[in-house]
This record gives sequence, structure tokens and C-alpha cells, in this order.
Amino acid sequence: MSSKIILKFLLRFFVFYLFLFSAVVHALEADLSKNTDLFKRLATGESDDKIIAIHSLVATEHPAALLILQALKNGELSVTPKGVLLIVNDKGALDALTQQMINPAPENLEALMLNNRLRGAVDTALAILNLQSGDKAVRLVAANELLDKAVPELLPGIQKALLKETDKEIKTLLGLLEASIQLGSVDTEIRLKAISVLAESEQSSTSLLLQPFMEKNSEGQFLESDESVRTAAKVALLRINERLVRMEYVGRLFSGISLGSILLLAALGLAITYGLMGVINMAHGELLMIGAYTTFMVQTFFRQYFPSNIDGYLLAAVPASFIVAALVGMALERSVIRHLYGRPLETLLATWGISLLLIQGIRTVFGAQNVEVSNPSWMSGGYQVASNLILTYNRIVIIFFALFVLLLVWLLLNKTRLGLFVRAVTQNRKMADCLGVPTRNIDTWTFGLGSGIAGLGGCALSQIGNVGPDLGQSYIVDSFMVVVLGGVGQLAGTVSGALGLGIVNKFLEPLSGPVMAKILILVFIIIFIQRRPQGLFALKGRVVEH
Amino acid sequence: MTTITKLYGVKGWLTLALFSAGVMILVPVLNLAVSSSNPLHISDYSVSLMGKIMCYAVVALAIDLIWGYAGILSLGHGLFFALGGYAMGMYLMRMIGTEGQYHSHLPDFMVFLDWKELPWYWTGSDHFWFAALLVVLVPGLLAFVFGYFAFRSRIKGVYFSIITQALTFAFMLLFFRNETGFGGNNGFTDFKRIIGFALADPATKTGLFMATGLFLIMALLLCRYIVTSKFGRVLAAIRDHESRLMFCGYNPLGYKLFVWTLSAVLCGIAGALYVPQVGIINPGEMSPGNSIEIAIWAAVGGRGTLIGPLMGAAIVNGAKSWFTVAFPEYWLYFLGLLFVGVTLYMPAGVVGVAQQVKARFK
Amino acid sequence: MQRRHFLKKSIVIASLAAMGAMSGLAFAGDKDPIKVGILHSLSGTMAISETSLKDVALMTIAEINAKGGLLGRKLEAVVVDPASNWPLFAEKARQLVSKDKVDVTFGCWTSVSRKSVLPVYEELNSLLFYPVQYEGEELSQNVFYTGAAPNQQAIPAVEYLMSKDGGSAKRFVLLGTDYVYPRTTNKILRAFLKSKGVAEKDIDEVYTPFGHSDYQTIVANIKKFAAGGKTAVISTINGDSNVPFYKELGNAGLKAKDVPVIAFSVGEEELRGIDTKPLVGHLAAWNYFMSVKNPTNTAFIKQWKEYAKKAKLPNADKVVTNDPMEATYVGIHMWAQAVEKAKSTDVTKVRAAMAGQTFKSPSGFTLKMDETNHHLHKPVMIGEVQGDGQFQIVWKTGGPLRAQPWSPYIVGNEKKQGL
Repeated sequence: MSSKIILKFLLRFFVFYLFLFSAVVHALEADLSKNTDLFKRLATGESDDKIIAIHSLVATEHPAALLILQALKNGELSVTPKGVLLIVNDKGALDALTQQMINPAPENLEALMLNNRLRGAVDTALAILNLQSGDKAVRLVAANELLDKAVPELLPGIQKALLKETDKEIKTLLGLLEASIQLGSVDTEIRLKAISVLAESEQSSTSLLLQPFMEKNSEGQFLESDESVRTAAKVALLRINERLVRMEYVGRLFSGISLGSILLLAALGLAITYGLMGVINMAHGELLMIGAYTTFMVQTFFRQYFPSNIDGYLLAAVPASFIVAALVGMALERSVIRHLYGRPLETLLATWGISLLLIQGIRTVFGAQNVEVSNPSWMSGGYQVASNLILTYNRIVIIFFALFVLLLVWLLLNKTRLGLFVRAVTQNRKMADCLGVPTRNIDTWTFGLGSGIAGLGGCALSQIGNVGPDLGQSYIVDSFMVVVLGGVGQLAGTVSGALGLGIVNKFLEPLSGPVMAKILILVFIIIFIQRRPQGLFALKGRVVEH
Repeated sequence: MTTITKLYGVKGWLTLALFSAGVMILVPVLNLAVSSSNPLHISDYSVSLMGKIMCYAVVALAIDLIWGYAGILSLGHGLFFALGGYAMGMYLMRMIGTEGQYHSHLPDFMVFLDWKELPWYWTGSDHFWFAALLVVLVPGLLAFVFGYFAFRSRIKGVYFSIITQALTFAFMLLFFRNETGFGGNNGFTDFKRIIGFALADPATKTGLFMATGLFLIMALLLCRYIVTSKFGRVLAAIRDHESRLMFCGYNPLGYKLFVWTLSAVLCGIAGALYVPQVGIINPGEMSPGNSIEIAIWAAVGGRGTLIGPLMGAAIVNGAKSWFTVAFPEYWLYFLGLLFVGVTLYMPAGVVGVAQQVKARFK
Repeated sequence: MQRRHFLKKSIVIASLAAMGAMSGLAFAGDKDPIKVGILHSLSGTMAISETSLKDVALMTIAEINAKGGLLGRKLEAVVVDPASNWPLFAEKARQLVSKDKVDVTFGCWTSVSRKSVLPVYEELNSLLFYPVQYEGEELSQNVFYTGAAPNQQAIPAVEYLMSKDGGSAKRFVLLGTDYVYPRTTNKILRAFLKSKGVAEKDIDEVYTPFGHSDYQTIVANIKKFAAGGKTAVISTINGDSNVPFYKELGNAGLKAKDVPVIAFSVGEEELRGIDTKPLVGHLAAWNYFMSVKNPTNTAFIKQWKEYAKKAKLPNADKVVTNDPMEATYVGIHMWAQAVEKAKSTDVTKVRAAMAGQTFKSPSGFTLKMDETNHHLHKPVMIGEVQGDGQFQIVWKTGGPLRAQPWSPYIVGNEKKQGL
């Protein structure tokens, strides 16, 4: 109901502005020097004035419009105390009106700041101008920008652009734009054609446009008088919804895989050390945290010494996190864990103590506050599959990273000598000992490997969440659950455990909320373990014995 | 069948008597009868603190029973403690009546959630005997069911400990939800009365303190009875080599289940005594970290001795109260070092060290 | 050998004793210091927000001591760490009042912590100054609230969102952490929105637990909800959960001009840990921003930065000020003024002297402690996030607003409106 009212209101709003445009256009066409008035309005007016000025710039097709609006968007537009607009960037100060460089740049400039509303108006205005641009990428952005803002005034401009357009993607978008405007046409044929075009739309906002066709007014009569149009609208709505729901499922699957990849990175190290030594390392979460803080240190280092290559810091951070975490793990193993050999419960407690020490240590050195780790620019943003589905780059990268780490670990375990020894000790320590495998050293190396993988996990975590002293605590229970569910001794177990938990969690979440989803999963695991104590893929015997 | 008197030697009984005298006579007198300007006066704050530590001591006792004597390390016992606390808390919340912030017959948190009446699982919570029943039944039943399935599937060792972590974590998440109806993140607080006695009254506080002391002594005697009996021998066998015991023809399930459920019930009652003395219960008590700390109390004191864990609980919690005032930034370092140091160098705990010293000076 | 050892030992002991005696004498010469309790989490999940409040309090106390202290006595801070553990808060509060005998406490952040210490302060009749914005529905004679009540933060924020400049929002997502502050605030906002004609189906209420970090599903749902009309998100997410939320928001392409998010628990301190470029344009509502330009604020920021360097706080060169810090600063000064006026630290006298106290705050306004309702009159400011982690103020009230701790939008508060 109210969406119909909104639409009407918007249309009326813009019709009002149309009149204002024409009035202003008239006035402006007459006197070119009155441009200064417009500029003054932009420089010193209130939000409403500024918006009128922006619309005038577009309507009059002022030659400097693109330049000025782009500068305004980038925060480069300033005004002198006398009200002259200047574009100030690293090249110097340019007078917006006369297009002359001003040297030296005057003092007391006040930068024009945007708020959300102005930003919206500037983006729309730029989009209208950019529809005529020669650059395909620019036109694409412009078309996307205008999608929800189509108004009848733009129709001639859009139709003109459609005739000239060669790129298929932009053509589709412009077609949608045209159709959404033509929905309001008085000609039934045009309306029908518009609906059939819109039926192919992947935008969720399209259903909003088509809803009013199904509604009745206060007297019980359909707002849309023609029956065929109504039927067409109903069919179109169904198709659009179907498409949206399908995309939603894909989105959930992606979220599940993303969560699964994170769980995999977090739990893989734990599975390896537990499988080998029967040691549950309660400090595992802190090794994740150390990996994340190492990433932070690398970022700081790059910011200080290689600021121009800042986007590459991640490539250096990956091996750094691995090495630092591995070293810490090996130190742990040598100093504490090996003395508790054969006493798994004590190891559990001792490693918990170490985790407390590590957390407080990090807190003392880095402070209790979170530290800022930003995504490199190539990881920000996302890939738009459909209007309601964006696959964020950082998560895609992490999925591939997890696969890469998995591959490396598999290669290490199955194709190298060290891996051979590790597998041997995991299967039967005593026998391996008898055959001359240096079990004590293997312990240290394996622990280092497991810790290093945890470090890699921490590096990945720093890209999607907080980096603070408590980072590890939030992942420790999840890591345990993956290990318990998947079983130890085989990579397949950890992978299936992690992916399974991730996907189930993400499919439960929309139904029950994030907390209940987690609780249900925990309960499920507790019950599952009663039935099958050794986990999904187990190497050891039927009974979980040590 | 050991008689009560054979539970402890002369020295043991003497210590016990001294402790009881201290708890039941000395402290109440020094708190209530002696005026606050007298240097011997024990403040209300100290009475509550000691009462709290005694509740923790009972929990440490419970952990020792299953870990020190049956070899089952539970890292989720804080859950049973908290459940007992919540059961008592429900009763205390009902006793606030209309004196809460919103002056409604519903607890405050239900008012800001816009609930119009008590959910079904709150019925009967305004009767003390019902609350007392819940204190015993809820942890007991949960422990029984969980233990039955876990021990039947012969889950042991580290796996079992991890599963108990999962259990307490799941309940913590559940209780943090406001929709669950137990106060969410706020928990229960702002208590006014218990069985008609005002909680702010120093006499009530001392009374609770005495009740806790009495319960501690009874729990200790009960556990001592169990472990010195034939039953206790079987427990020790389970701890030392379960499969061999099974080959001898014993079914460990019943034994393990019994001590497991008993320890849960002890924790529950300790929780119920804890809540009115501390004045608040909140899902944070169910956090995995809390339960792990319980294990360290037993380890510090010396597990398998019953007395050791009591001392361990007192030492660690006393240190905590002191550190978080004197050197707040260093408390976690101390605790961490304690975990590492005790497991590496003092596997028999304080009691073990004391015995070594005694042997040295023989 | 033995004698020399004994001699050495006795000399050491004697000198120590002498030093002790001298310091005791010196001490006995001064008057006893006035003890001030500081009850903020220095470890645990809330340390991130609360540690800086402890430091600001210590800075203010040092400032007052440098000017000669209060009533000729020095102020002595007693700092305890309740470690983000609510029962420990109650225990520490009791310790501060009955054992350390502090005359006033400055502390707490989450409403949970305040609610757990409230019975202690009421039972022992001591004073607590609470500097954080909260949900109202409380008015204790033992607490002075220097943070915002809902009508000084939440309601003006929503009014801004519904205005033209704020984006003319028609649909609202109320997203919060699951505890009393967001629950109560959203209850008030729902009633407020209803009173402005917003339909039930245009309001969506979502809660996540403390420390929640995976916002994929929630952001996807916001997108879906926003397709139904111009939507604004009102976020009462607490503490560090904000970081993953904003990261997901930025990456998913939800721009502030399409779906503005206004937050009540995100300030300069929380933005320190985030890359703010994708967040430009999102909003926050407070009674103070570090970017406010006036001489009092410039001096305040300078004082804080110098203190941070001197006290060797971590990342001292990047410290920021925020609303709760300003409220702590104002609160301590007002209390000091009240003590001077009452010529005593006695709770009843100070409480009476607090009524009507004024102080020129770094926010640029003179704040007044209301005569009856223990709340400050505070101005409201709405700021947009900038790329450098500061806020650009896009709207502010002309002057301070009186607090309404009993929100008129909650049923049953009709009789309490005079308070």
C-alpha cells in the first residue's frame, strides 16, 4: 500500500522539479552570466538550494557540469570567501567558472562537504551526464546508478542512449530503465511491453514497481483497469520472485562455504596436532590470534616503508604469519608440551594456561583495544551475480586460500618424507619408533606445522573480522567441534566437518536466528558423538581410547 | 562398611572440628556481635567473600570426586553450578514481588521484553521447597541423561572433556538469549529476600555463610565416605585402568554415572548457596573458561585428596580477589603461570608438595 | 662473617623502618586524601571501550589535584578491574565502598554492569556516576547519569533519518546486540515510529549476541528489506561487533546514501579499529564529537593527548576523545564542584549540591545537572563518518535538551513524566 504512495509521491516530487527545471532553464538560457548565481547557490546555499543547483547544472547541460560534479563528489570543490568555486587537487586550484588555473592557490578556502542526501543527488546527476560518456565502464556504472531512480523526464535521454548503445549489458539495463518509466504510460500496449521486459529483470526493486498493478484502491477497484495487464504483471512478479529466491539459496550456499573455509583454516592445525599427539591444544585460538597480529605488524611495516605497495602487504603477511605462529608453536612444544607426554588432560590445562599468558601478553604489548587491519583494495567490494546477490571478494579469496592451504598440506603429508613420518607416527607411534623414525623431532615439526596453519588461519580471519586479544576465544570451540565431528587422522574428516558445519549453520540461520542455529549444531554434535564417537572419518579403532 | 568415625584419623577430626568452630561460631560472633570499630571485626564484605569461596570449595570437591577418583575430567561443571544458581535465582526473583524497577509482579527483564505473564517454566518458582527441588533435580537430571549416553558410548579422556565444553557453551548461548526467559545478559539481580529474611540484613548473610560452611563439611564427609568405601576402590580402578576393570567383570557405567550425577548435584546446591550471597547470577557463569578454572583449583590443591581441592579453591580465588585489586593487569599472567607451573612441576598439587616437605623433614 | 652479615641486615632493617616512620610522619602531617573509586573493565570484551575512561578519569583527577585538590585534600584514585564480569562488578563495587571507603565512584559501561552494582550503591548509600548513553527506565537517588537518555540520542536520531536531509526513510531495521539497552531502546523507538505513522511491516527487529562476527545473512536480509522502500538501519550493536558488521556492509555495496546506518554505540574509539573508507556517510548520534570546533574542546583534546604521552598509553599518538570520555570529564568536575559547594563529601550533602550544577563542556555547550532527575541537560549531534575516522557534524540541536528518563513512549510512564 505505502509503496504505491511512495511511488506517486516521488513522481509528483520530480514533476514539481521538472517545472522548476524549465523555469530555471529558461532563465539560464537567457543570461549566461547568471551561471554565477547558480554557482553561488551551490557554494553557499542550504541543502535544498544545492540540490536545485545540481539539477540545473544537468538540465542546462552546462559544459563544466561533469567537471564540477565529479570534483564535488571527490571532495575537491572549495569556495573562496568571495563565493568563487574552485576545484582544488594536486594539480592546483582551478576556477570552476572560467576554467583558469589560479596560482598561487588562495587562502581561507572552505571545502564543500557532502551529506548523504547531497551525495545521492550528485551521484544521480553524474549518472545522467555519464550516460553519454564514451567510456563503456563509465556508462555501465551510470546505468546501474539510475536503476531505481527512473523518472519520465529521463525517457527521451534514455531512448536516445539506447539507440546509440552497443554493449549488451548496458543495453539491457537501459531497457529496464525505459520499461520502468513506460509502466506509467497511458497506452496499454506500451504497458504490456514494459511488463514483459521487466519480467526478465533480476532486480529486487522491480517487484516494487509491479506491486501496484495487483492492488486495489479504497473503493475495491483495481488500480490497473486492464485485465490483460494485470495478468501479465502477476506472471512477471512470480518469475521475478522465483529468480530472487533461487539467488537467495545460492547466496546462502556461498555464505556456508565461506564459513566452512574459515572453520577449515581454523581447525586444520588442531586436527593435525591432535591426530598425531593426542594433544588438544587449548592455546590453538591464540595461535590464530598471533597470525592475525603478525598480519597487522606486516601491514604497519608496509605502511611505513612501502606505502605505495600497500596492497601487496598480504602476500608478505601470509608466509610471515605461518613462520611466526609455527615458531611459537614449536617453542611451546619444546618447553611445555613434551614434558607432559602421555598426560593429555594435564596438557589441556597447561595449554589453557599458556593461552591466558599469550592473551595477556598481547594485551600488554598492543593494548586491549582492537587493531585495525584493512583489506587491500583488490579484496574490497564484491562480484555482483544478481541484484540481491553480491559475492564479496574477501570471502572468495579466503575460500581459494583455504583450498590452496589444503592442497599444500595434502602434498606435504602425502608426497614428502616428513609427511610420511608424520603419518607413520599418527598411525602407530611405537612401531614408527622401532623403525627409526625420530618421533620426538616429528612431534616438534608437526606441532610447528599445525601452529603455522593456525597462523595462516589468523591471517585470513584478520581480513573479515576484528583483530583483538580475544580473537582466538571465539574460534576455539568451533575448531574443537570440527575436529570432533570430522574425526582425526584424515584430511577428509576435517574438510567435511568444516564444510558441513558451515553450510548447515548458514541454512539454519535464516530460520532460527544465529544463536539458535549455533545451539542446535552444538546439540547435534553432542548427540552425534554418542552414536559415532570417533567422528565422520576416523583412522583409529572403534573405541576412542588413548 | 566404614563407620563414620573411621573416615578420618584424630588429626583429621580435630582439624574438621576447628574449621566448624571457626565457621559456625567465631566468624558469626566477630561479624555480628563485635562492633565495626573493633579491629577484630569481620566485615560483611569478608563474610560474603568467604561464603563465596566456600561455595567454590564444594565445586572443587565435586570435581575432585570425578577427576581425582574416577579419572573423568569435566570442563563443563560450571554449567551445573550455574543451573543450581538459576533455580535459586528464579525463586529470589519472585520474592522481589513488586519492588523492582517497574513495580510489576513480573521480573524486570520480562517487563522490558514486553511479556505480559510468566512463562510456564516459571510456575511454582515462588515456593522455596519447589526451588530447592529444582536445585537438585535440574542439574542432576541433565547430568544423568548426558552421562548415561556419554559413558554408554564409552567416550573418554579428551573427547569427553571437549564435549562437556560444548555442553556448557551451548547452554551459555541459550541463556544469553533474552527470549529464553532467564534474564539474558542481565541475568537475575536486585534480590530482596530469601524465605522472608531480608538479604541486606547482616544476620541473613551470616546465616547463609553458616549454611554454606555446614554444607561444605557434610559434602566433604560424604565424599570421604564414598572414596574410602569399596565403591571408592572401584572408582580408583576406573581411573587407573578402566579396560582392565571391565575385563574383571565390573560394569563401570553405573559407578561413573553415580559419581557424575552426585558431583553435578553438589555443584547445583553450591550454586544455589552462592547466588544469594553474591547477589547476581548471569550466563557468564556458564562460560567455558569458568569451568576450566574449576579444574585448576583441584589441580593446584592436589587432586585425589579431597582436602587439596578445597585448599586449591581457597588459594586461587583468594589470589584472584587480591590480584584484581592490587595488580589488575597481572592477574591473568599469574593464573596462566599457575596452570602451567602446577601441571609441569606440581602434579600432586599443594598437598603433594606438603607431603614431600614432610617426608624431607622426617 | 656472621656478625657482618647480622650488622648489614640490621642496618637495612633500621633504615627501612626509619623511612617508614618518616613517611608515616609526613603522611600524618597531611590531611587524609579523598578516595575516588574507578570501576571500569580493564580486561575482557569491554576493555576496548572502558580502558580509556579509566585513563580520562585519572587525568581529570590529576588536573584537580594540580589545582590544589578539594577542600584542601588531595584526590586519590582507587582503580579496580571487574574484568567485564558482571558479578565481579558487584563485588568490586562493594569492596570500593565498604572496604576502601571511597566517597564516590565513576564507572560502568554496559547496562548489565550498572544494574548489577545498583543494589550495592543503594544498600550502602554511596554515589555512582554513570557516563554512558543508556535506555532510561531508571532513576536511582544514588546514581548521577552523565550519559544520554533515549530522548537525548535515539529519538532525535530517528527524527533526523525521517527528515529530508537524513534520507526520508520509510522503513526501519532495528538491529542490536541482545541485552537490555538495545531491547528497551527499540521498544521506545517502535512506539515512537508507530506514533509517526510507520506500519508494523515497515519495522524489522533483529538481535545478535555479544561478540557476534558473521553478518552475511543479516546484511543480505537488510538488502532484501530495503527493496521494499527507502530503508534506514538503527544500530544498537555493541562494541567490537560493529567492525565485522561495517566491513560486511561496505563489501556488500550497501552505500550510506541508499541505506544509511545510524549507530548509538560507535564513536571515535570504535572507528580506530576499522578501515573507514567504505563507511563514509554512515551516521552516529552523540552529545559530543571530537570534531566539534571550540576552544574548550581544543584544550580538552590537547590535555588528553599530552596525558596519553606522559602516561605512555599504547598508541599514544593516535588517541581520540569521545562522548563517554567527555561525560566522565564533566561528571568528575561537577562532583568536585558539588563537594566544594557542600564543603563536605557526605553523600546526602553532595547529592543536594549537585542539583543545578553547571559546567562548560568540550561539546561547546554549558551542561546543567537537572535539579530533580539526576540527568544532565545535553545537546544532540548527528555526525557522518569521514574517511579519517572522524565525524562530520551534519545536524545539532540549538541547545541542551532536558532528559526524560521515563520515556513517554512506554506504556505506564504517563505518571512519571514530571520527573
